[in-house]
Amino acid sequence: MNAELIPAVLFYLFAGVLVLSAMMVVASRNPVHSVLFLILAFFNAAGLFLLLGAEFAAFILVIVYVGAVAVLFLFVVMMLDIDFEQLRKGAWKSLPVGILVGLVLVSQMVMTAVNWQSLPTAGSSILSPAARHAAATNTQAVGAILYTDYVYPFQIAGLILLVAMIGAIVLTLRDRGGVLRQNINSQITRKASDVVEVRKVQKGAGIS
Amino acid sequence: MSSELIQTYFPVFVFLLLAIGMSGVMIGLSFLLAKQKPDAEKLSPYECGFDPFSDARHKFDVRFYLVSILFIIFDLEIAFLFPWAVSLGAIGMFGFWSMMVFLGVLTIGFIYEWRKGALEWE
Amino acid sequence: MSELIEAFNTFIQTPIGAIIWLVARIFAIMVPVLLGVAYLIYAERKVLAAMQLRMGPNVVGPFGLFQPFADALKLMGKETIIPSGANRFIFIAAPMLTFFLSLVSWAVIPFSDKLVLANVNVGVLYLFAVSSLAVYGIIMAGWASNSKYAFLGGLRSAAQMVSYEVSIGLVIINVLLLAGSLNLSDIVRGQTSMWYAIPLFPMFIVFFISGLAETNRAPFDLPEGESELVGGFNVEYSSMSFALFFLGEYANMILMSGMTVILFLGGWLAPFNWQCPIEFLEPLWGIFWFTSKICFMLFMFLWVRATLPRYRYDQLMRLGWKVFLPFSLIYVVGVAGYLVSTGNFPKVGV
Repeated sequence: MNAELIPAVLFYLFAGVLVLSAMMVVASRNPVHSVLFLILAFFNAAGLFLLLGAEFAAFILVIVYVGAVAVLFLFVVMMLDIDFEQLRKGAWKSLPVGILVGLVLVSQMVMTAVNWQSLPTAGSSILSPAARHAAATNTQAVGAILYTDYVYPFQIAGLILLVAMIGAIVLTLRDRGGVLRQNINSQITRKASDVVEVRKVQKGAGIS
Repeated sequence: MSSELIQTYFPVFVFLLLAIGMSGVMIGLSFLLAKQKPDAEKLSPYECGFDPFSDARHKFDVRFYLVSILFIIFDLEIAFLFPWAVSLGAIGMFGFWSMMVFLGVLTIGFIYEWRKGALEWE
Repeated sequence: MSELIEAFNTFIQTPIGAIIWLVARIFAIMVPVLLGVAYLIYAERKVLAAMQLRMGPNVVGPFGLFQPFADALKLMGKETIIPSGANRFIFIAAPMLTFFLSLVSWAVIPFSDKLVLANVNVGVLYLFAVSSLAVYGIIMAGWASNSKYAFLGGLRSAAQMVSYEVSIGLVIINVLLLAGSLNLSDIVRGQTSMWYAIPLFPMFIVFFISGLAETNRAPFDLPEGESELVGGFNVEYSSMSFALFFLGEYANMILMSGMTVILFLGGWLAPFNWQCPIEFLEPLWGIFWFTSKICFMLFMFLWVRATLPRYRYDQLMRLGWKVFLPFSLIYVVGVAGYLVSTGNFPKVGV
């Protein structure tokens, strides 16, 4: 088989399915199907990453987006019990707002694309960090620069995760009163002498 | 685009296709081989012999969402740990302490959720 | 003989020959895995029976050896029932997905030093990614059935699987620190002098227990808890769609054992670096040890099922989040700290 041909065929396959499934995310009537199409889109994006030679990015995309984020989406869509017919009825009313937001986004993208200027030295500096570790594998190339050269963005990512964690707890945690919980410490440290009492019982007399 | 990468991943790709085909064939065969004779009683969801009442898809405890959000956060933490683990030799002491600060920040969040009782299940 | 080999070599150089050879190799992995699943089901019944002083299946064939095939044929001939309120497409897709995912991981597993279908650079990530998808089959089945038991079972199962995935990920990080590579073959080769089960013994135990939870096995089988949820997410399934869930569960058990063996028990390496006594059988030596270790791990799975009572849900979540997660995280810090302070980094890679 032609060695040039396979990547090209795979590229158009992945890219085509990616675009189609992204359109189906918006177009499909059942929200659960939307999420499933979203997952398909993620997979094809991972395939494109693989074609670029970015193995690590491809698999992290699958692990984080498909394995974790889309699970949450599916949870929300499947279980929140929103009446989607009801929502769809109101959709036409919000059409003008939608068009407005879309226009703003498109104009922003156009403005960026037209005015985009990169530094004259940018071309070489894009490649330089990875080139330093050209011999290593993909993952090692990421690891060799992420924690040292890019230490501040990395720590900011940590802070964002912290904020997300605390935010999730503040927003969702509700205390239900009157819940009995298991306290393992007190179960283990409990001794027979604390709870069992041996009494002499007289004949014919009960225990009070 | 490296042809070496295609060489390693092409078998995986074919494997995926064959596995999809295999599961499709197994389901399809049983549809073909077995007699299909549905009726209303047979198709009603199982509810210990009673007629099912109300839709099964209802709201549930918000705790399940919380678990999956926390899972996303820790999954990301693990995603950051993967490249760190394999390149620790190259990045040495600075890389080690950089990750320790990162983990420390997340540990603050972990302690917070522990103290708040987000990990309690009732 | 040598002419035949030469003809074969030229044949697999041609495009069509290469594809046929690839498909043949893939089936050479899939068919043994499926046979292994069939006999794991048989072995489970026999082992449980022996532990409970019963006979187990002993009617179909000698010692009941044909029992799995009889069961498969029976299930094949049953009617597929799709409940009236169900979402037909997702209802059928869920078992297919579960079965599919339990097969595809085997594409990157190294069976011996040379014998691996795809020697992927990031094999560990591939396995972790595939295992993180397994939760979909269960959520989809639970939701699509539109039955309360299936719904509750699917929900519990999903929360359980994601919780234990965190600790599995952290345990894998421990192994990676020692191995210095994401390639499964490199990880096995890194264990030539010492299996990682020795320095990482606590992590080995954590991984095994998390594996039990991840595959929904006893004592963590409460998503399907027969006595309370009458089978959990697969109540509404019948015929082959049920069989696919069943096969998927057992294939996942074999896979989880395979992962344990690769990460901790030295994969295809013989203990104490024994050499093969018979030179003629040398190529099979690695496969022999790999499968024997997997069988040992599978026996542990069955043993645990026969011995332990089912966990309670709050205890399960507590164990995952409050014990395994902090413990394996501290272990990661400890191992990394040891490596950095002694400078005793793995030789592979950088």
